Amino acid sequence: MTIKGKAYIAGIYEHPTRHAPDKSTAQLHAEVAKGAIEDAGISKDDVDGYFCAGDAPGGAWPMVDYLGLNTKKLRHVDSTETGGCSYIIHLGHAAEAIAAGKCSIALITLAGKPRTGVMPPRAAGAEADFESAYGATTHNAYGMCAMRHMHDYGTTSEQLAWIKVAASHHAQYNPHAMLKDVVTVEDVLNSPMISDPLHRMDCCVVSDGGGALIVTTPEIARSLKKPLVRLIGHGEAMKGPRGGKDLDLTYSAGVWSGPRAFEEAGITPKDIKYASIYDSFTITVLMQLEDLGFCKKGEGGKFVADGNLISGVGKLPFNTDGGGLCSNHPVNRGGMTKILEAVRQLRGEAHPKVQVPNCDLAIAHGTGGLLGVRHAASTAILERV
Amino acid sequence: MSEVKKYPAPVTNPETSAFWDAAKEGKFMIKRCTACGEAHYFPRSICPFCYSDKTVWEQASGEGTIYTYSLMRKSPTGPYAIGYVTLKEGPSVQTNFVDCDLEKLKIGQKVKVVFKPTDGAPLPFFTVA
Repeated sequence: MTIKGKAYIAGIYEHPTRHAPDKSTAQLHAEVAKGAIEDAGISKDDVDGYFCAGDAPGGAWPMVDYLGLNTKKLRHVDSTETGGCSYIIHLGHAAEAIAAGKCSIALITLAGKPRTGVMPPRAAGAEADFESAYGATTHNAYGMCAMRHMHDYGTTSEQLAWIKVAASHHAQYNPHAMLKDVVTVEDVLNSPMISDPLHRMDCCVVSDGGGALIVTTPEIARSLKKPLVRLIGHGEAMKGPRGGKDLDLTYSAGVWSGPRAFEEAGITPKDIKYASIYDSFTITVLMQLEDLGFCKKGEGGKFVADGNLISGVGKLPFNTDGGGLCSNHPVNRGGMTKILEAVRQLRGEAHPKVQVPNCDLAIAHGTGGLLGVRHAASTAILERV
Repeated sequence: MSEVKKYPAPVTNPETSAFWDAAKEGKFMIKRCTACGEAHYFPRSICPFCYSDKTVWEQASGEGTIYTYSLMRKSPTGPYAIGYVTLKEGPSVQTNFVDCDLEKLKIGQKVKVVFKPTDGAPLPFFTVA
């Protein structure tokens, strides 16, 4: 059994807002749902599967009701919550449901307003008494990974900075990007230290916004007007300290989700023309590129240096919308926007200055949770038909 | 760092209350599985490695080395250093480093446990040995 080629992304929408104090979170979900439905050229009454994560106010049933989905038709819901990579997992789960005949048109939404106000806290896990007092945040949890990666492999701040430099080169062409200025390695190194060894410019932006996808069957996708983009491989995985045995923060759960996706797709990292890689921090990108097999473990620093991730310059164009480092990071969750830019690249709808020529194979990969504590990862491999 | 930082009291539960009772006596406890011999942290009743329920409390030496750390410089409550310590007994534990020069922390450095008071049971931290 495989989901290879059994589900197509027929509709996409990214909310143009980066700051939405004048809108409700549910409203942003509705606006992105409407956008993706219109992009696909279907009606909301056709949707028979709905997928959302922890950012959806109240969860699946209040959202299905608020969005006015057709409850006589809706027959599959999934509210898997794995932080920022939830939506990449949803894409795989939608493909599974479609392959099994459990739904035929799935809607996946993400939206929220962390730039406008404080996000609600997550429910505590069993570890709470033994960890919560120590103040793990995204910045320092990823900082701990970077510190150990530098120790074990000699990775440098200059190498990490190249990831931000590449993202900024792409963001200059995105009219919606929060940070459109091209920056240099020196700019990154001279930005204030936030949590050692990560500088401010090693960190992604905080933005309001959202995005949505329509996932459907090959038959329905072919009946619509958009270029055909299908999912050919998918993987998901989780990693944590697991009792503290053999702790190794230099790799992510991508070492498991990646090979699962590549195996299902029947391709290797060398075949990928464009990569959307979750960039909550520069170190996130570097570790995930290693984990996915774009280079050997420990050689990520060398791989990302000297513009190798810049479209038209390097070997692996990444995050051509400017990514989380420069464009947006709706709800502090980068998984959705990673899929959206991968689909734009495969459709040939990316900005002409960053469009990868003849882009037929792309990867969208992300993590959720805290890389240095416990997290999930998901990998999607997409093909233009 | 003259200001005393206020830490939240552990909620505790039946599975972990023995840890906090021992902490009140200045003892740092880990769990060890008598079936597979592995130690783990934070404490569970079922061994996370072999799933045996034959886990027992063991007083740890409180000594270890820094596996990694990050000095959080932007915080409303002032800078703090989070990290992991690999205990002499094996498991690595998440913690904060306290009562030492946070600018001079190093991976591999020897550290030891120190307890800080809360309104409930004291919390374990680590300082340079």
